[in-house]
Amino acid sequence: MTEVTLSNVVKKYGRHQAVHGIDLAIADGEFVVLVGPSGCGKSTTLRMIAGLEAITGGEVSIGGRVVNDLPPRERNISMVFQNYALYPHMTVAENLGFSLKIAKRPEAEIERSVAEAAAILGLDELMERKPAELSGGQRQRVAMGRAIVRQPDVFLFDEPLSNLDAKLRTQMRVEIKKLHQKVGNTIIYVTHDQVEAMTLADRIVLMRDGYIVQVGTPLDLFNQPVDTFVATFIGSPPMNLLAGEVSAPDRITLGEGLAVPVPASARGGLRVGQKVQFGFRADNLMPVGHAVEEAGQKAQLRLTVTLTEPLGTETLLFTEIAGTEVQAKMLNPRPVTPGETFDFELMLDKCHIFDAASGNAIRS
Amino acid sequence: MFRRRLPEWFVLLLPAILVIAAVVLIPLLFSLYSSFTPYRLTRPSSLWRWVGTANYERILTDAKFWSAFGRTVLFLTIVLNLELVFGLGIALLVNKVTWGQRTLRTVLMFPMMFSPILVGFQFKFIFNDNVGLVNNVLQSTGISDAALPWLVDEKLAMFSIMFAEIWMSTSVFAILILAGLFAMPRDPLEAAKVDGCTAFQTFRHITLPFLMPFIFIAMTIRSLDVARAYDIVQIMTGGGPARRTELLWTLMARTGYVDARMGLANAMGYVSILLSIVFTVYFFRKLSAARAELGMGG
Repeated sequence: MTEVTLSNVVKKYGRHQAVHGIDLAIADGEFVVLVGPSGCGKSTTLRMIAGLEAITGGEVSIGGRVVNDLPPRERNISMVFQNYALYPHMTVAENLGFSLKIAKRPEAEIERSVAEAAAILGLDELMERKPAELSGGQRQRVAMGRAIVRQPDVFLFDEPLSNLDAKLRTQMRVEIKKLHQKVGNTIIYVTHDQVEAMTLADRIVLMRDGYIVQVGTPLDLFNQPVDTFVATFIGSPPMNLLAGEVSAPDRITLGEGLAVPVPASARGGLRVGQKVQFGFRADNLMPVGHAVEEAGQKAQLRLTVTLTEPLGTETLLFTEIAGTEVQAKMLNPRPVTPGETFDFELMLDKCHIFDAASGNAIRS
Repeated sequence: MFRRRLPEWFVLLLPAILVIAAVVLIPLLFSLYSSFTPYRLTRPSSLWRWVGTANYERILTDAKFWSAFGRTVLFLTIVLNLELVFGLGIALLVNKVTWGQRTLRTVLMFPMMFSPILVGFQFKFIFNDNVGLVNNVLQSTGISDAALPWLVDEKLAMFSIMFAEIWMSTSVFAILILAGLFAMPRDPLEAAKVDGCTAFQTFRHITLPFLMPFIFIAMTIRSLDVARAYDIVQIMTGGGPARRTELLWTLMARTGYVDARMGLANAMGYVSILLSIVFTVYFFRKLSAARAELGMGG
């Protein structure tokens, strides 16, 4: 059983505080992704778990053992680095077996473990090469192999895919997910890419400025963002946000007099005169006839398209509501020229209301 | 027109050929030629007497020459290795310093700024039997009751010269190795920590292999430098007393300028060049191998 627990973990560099008292409990075998914009403290947090960064305050425990003062080698973890961090003077096989050699395991066992890892990651052909003779994707696989060979309690990934090109990244993402399904260890994974976070995580920990903003399953964060930061960070394209004001208990006025009914989910949490942000995703604003057939409260809007982004199965339509640019989605697309006007359906049940001042979601 | 034009490539290379000929080729050929003559500085006409390989035959059987040769090899080996060990140690320590590192790096270079002649004088006085600092300290602290013959005893004199040489030039190693440490990527070090290495294992398996090319560059430079050691030795002991500290260059200088037998001295020069070539080739091989290890290409 290797759960990882962080309680009130703090990191300070001199007077600058990078991580502000984080609490997080990660279950055995869970795949947790720390995500956030650069400088949010996610890598620092990971490095504190790894033991590469001293912990200023609070407690980190791995498998029920407080590891604050243990060096990395006594934490039984493996880490995959952003720049692969392979040993340049060793062959792939030596890179893979290095940790076992250091641990003075018998030669036969090292060979077996290395061969197993190589088989899992398809490295058999490359065993005698040096890192300099490998491509980016191959290096990444060696780095992962080196992590597997140790049979650690916890895998730590520090932005492992950010140096790869888009196609390879998608491919490696799948391999990492497969790897997790195969070995089943606890994985803590850091990335700034919300797509990686959404696709890989059992649970996402979204961070900003050294604080945790929201923890939850990918769908939790997608469907119930706690504030406008989460709403715009998770999901692509980001959630549309329109400034508005509660004009009546059940109405919100957007910009110059466009009134929409308050979604049922937020009713009761609002007071008249409150400034709000009205949020909805592109998937919830679709032209009539090109929309999802779904029951629910809808609002009809007649809007002019200013720009299109055809993606094949769907087309993103850029338009304006009350002077703010928003994105809508068109299913079963047909060619659209900018300037065309459509009747759009806004799925009110899927809309979100945020307090304008704090940015927090309002739910009753 | 009968005059043939010179080929274009030759005309274009001519300035370089002329310079190389004047600076390197002619002196080289002249000294090579003179090593086959009994040329004496005091009797220029002796330059025109060809004696064949007589000088070389003489050297091959000359015990004085071979003991100087052997002593030079020993001197090189000990000095280079100690400079490497000290330089590596200093570089690793300086690399840990976070405050005032630039100043420290500059201070590190101070010994290199002195003329070797002055360093020689300095250590000649430090190791002087009667008025030297070392004997003074040893005697006043009671470690030794008699004055040690630092520059007279064969072993002590070699030690004193090596000490001066090492004092002056260890920073070459330190600076080059420090450059290597600065260029070292941090990630593999962290990976090694996670992989279970202790600090020493990290150094042994990760840091040191990375530093090897830098070490061999320093070795190559210093081996050429030390192999021509002359000034410090000349000042401190003059190769004496009774040739106890005679190195190749003090022997050659004595033969050529004091005894005025330039033909013989030049022949010695050509034999001892072999030593420098062997060392240089050896370290270059090592350097290429170390670079290939790191995947930096040959």
